[in-house]
Amino acid sequence: MRDWLAQRVTAAIMAVYTLIVAAIVLMNTPLKYAGWQALFAQGWMRVATLLFMLSLAWHAWVGVRDILMDYIKHDGLRLTLQVFTLLLIGSYLGWTIQILWR
Amino acid sequence: MKLSIYRYDPDKDEKPYLKDYEVALDSHDRMLLDALVKVKAQDDSIAFRRSCREGVCGSDAININGKNRLACITKLAELPEHVTLRPLPGLPVIRDLIVDMTQFFKQYHSIKPYVINNDPPPERERLQSIADREELDGLYECILCACCSTSCPSFWWNPDKFVGPAGLLQAYRFLADTRDQATSERLDNLEDPYRLFRCHTIMNCVDVCPKNLNPTKAINKIKEMIVKRAV
Repeated sequence: MRDWLAQRVTAAIMAVYTLIVAAIVLMNTPLKYAGWQALFAQGWMRVATLLFMLSLAWHAWVGVRDILMDYIKHDGLRLTLQVFTLLLIGSYLGWTIQILWR
Repeated sequence: MKLSIYRYDPDKDEKPYLKDYEVALDSHDRMLLDALVKVKAQDDSIAFRRSCREGVCGSDAININGKNRLACITKLAELPEHVTLRPLPGLPVIRDLIVDMTQFFKQYHSIKPYVINNDPPPERERLQSIADREELDGLYECILCACCSTSCPSFWWNPDKFVGPAGLLQAYRFLADTRDQATSERLDNLEDPYRLFRCHTIMNCVDVCPKNLNPTKAINKIKEMIVKRAV
């Protein structure tokens, strides 16, 4: 139940972020490199992007785990793939933080 | 009309095969079941279930040109000239179009499909208001034909763990019943990663239900009940 609810809440967060970014981009077209840099220099944008990526990570984890639970019947193989997925999502998050606060 | 029918007799056949039949229809033949009965007259070795022949018993659920339907209420006029019939997918085949429904009914029984009420029974019956009774519309009409559960990929992959749309529709039928007192036990019974939450809202169940019921809606209502109880 917790995961099912989390997937819906994270989906809502991602939808809101996507609308905000789409609005900013539409209002500032054409957005050049300097524009992008100024946008992501602001603290709130970095935090919002991090929240988006955290939501995406959690959402993707629930989804991929569901797929593995459905299709991978061998317990050992499933655990291995789940650990691999977690490591991959963890690395993406680390990379995101590195990019945002570079 | 041409019918290609899935044939398999585990005592004789090494593997299943499709056999073609030509059926001459006349003006009295309205439903696919009529054509099947004519095939049976040609070749009495073919096995299929049918009983009420009017969409009430749910015996003749089969896969018709890729979609699970009841042969007795599938109009011949709506079908193309060539029709392929297979048994319901995802369940073990006993013979030809007959599947073993044990797993399906095991899941159905697991949700305790009866009103649980420990109060002493009243003189005549447990009455409901009209509004309370209306809550059961779209739920109680299920005939347990298994068209929905056997079209559900989540049920195909985990028939032993996932209750399936038919069982969950019935689970909600008793959760929504004001005479039932076991709401919390019923929700406990469904709250694990598999029994209810394997439903990924694919909605094949809604697409195939011959009674036009909506198991996905019922499943979402159970999910809402579990969330409301927790927050």
